[in-house]
Amino acid sequence: MPDSTVNKVSMTLDSTLDSVDRGEAVAEQQAAIAGIGEDERYHVSMAVREALVNAVMHGNAYDPAKKVKLSFENDGAALVIRISDEGEGIDQDKLPDPLEPANILRGSGRGIFLIRSFMDEVQFRKLGPGTELTLIKRLPSPPRRA
Amino acid sequence: MSMKVTTRIVDHVAILDLSGRITLGEGSVQLRDAIRDLVAQGQKNILLNLSEVNYIDSSGIGELVSAFTSVKNQGGQLKLLNLTKKVHDLLQITKLYTVFDVRDDEAHAVESFQK
Repeated sequence: MPDSTVNKVSMTLDSTLDSVDRGEAVAEQQAAIAGIGEDERYHVSMAVREALVNAVMHGNAYDPAKKVKLSFENDGAALVIRISDEGEGIDQDKLPDPLEPANILRGSGRGIFLIRSFMDEVQFRKLGPGTELTLIKRLPSPPRRA
Repeated sequence: MSMKVTTRIVDHVAILDLSGRITLGEGSVQLRDAIRDLVAQGQKNILLNLSEVNYIDSSGIGELVSAFTSVKNQGGQLKLLNLTKKVHDLLQITKLYTVFDVRDDEAHAVESFQK
């Protein structure tokens, strides 16, 4: 069960595809609570899905002993989402550009690109072991009172 | 919601009516199997009707690209029909919209295949 406080929800997930679906659903829910519109909510939930797929499949390689951590923090200005795995880690500078003509017909390699396209900010951090992705979506300003 | 695939033959074209989500796991595998079976049967003209596909992730996009390449390598053609806005936007972002032959009218799409 998610451990929730007023502004933060965090959960620890098994390295399975069911976890990906579950995390995506929570992302959709948290984005809605944060007041993010429908189109942007879809972007947020897909970015989380892609990050979770990377964590489960590439990071933890479906290892049942390894977990994925997912958290959502809303400070009123932005929804900050962190996804971490316990894998070998990735070098983001070595990821091929999926828009390059040589890569355009590749059957994979678009996950991080989509995450970057859909979020306002994406940060990578190497853990020991593992990788943490921080995905940031800035929130619309609340209407000013007259 | 998982994906459903229904195959029908119109003239010389196999039309796959897809509905649901094409994502890593079941959806991608179903699409891959359906394309593989058609290619194995010698079907070279394949039209993917995506009007009921409301969600594709990067694995699903990869599956569409792999299907396109695999059919093309067998001397055939794979075209897309009736994209939803989400799928259209995804293909634009990934610059695949111009790679695929995208149609919005089934009859014209069927006619566009080589006999």
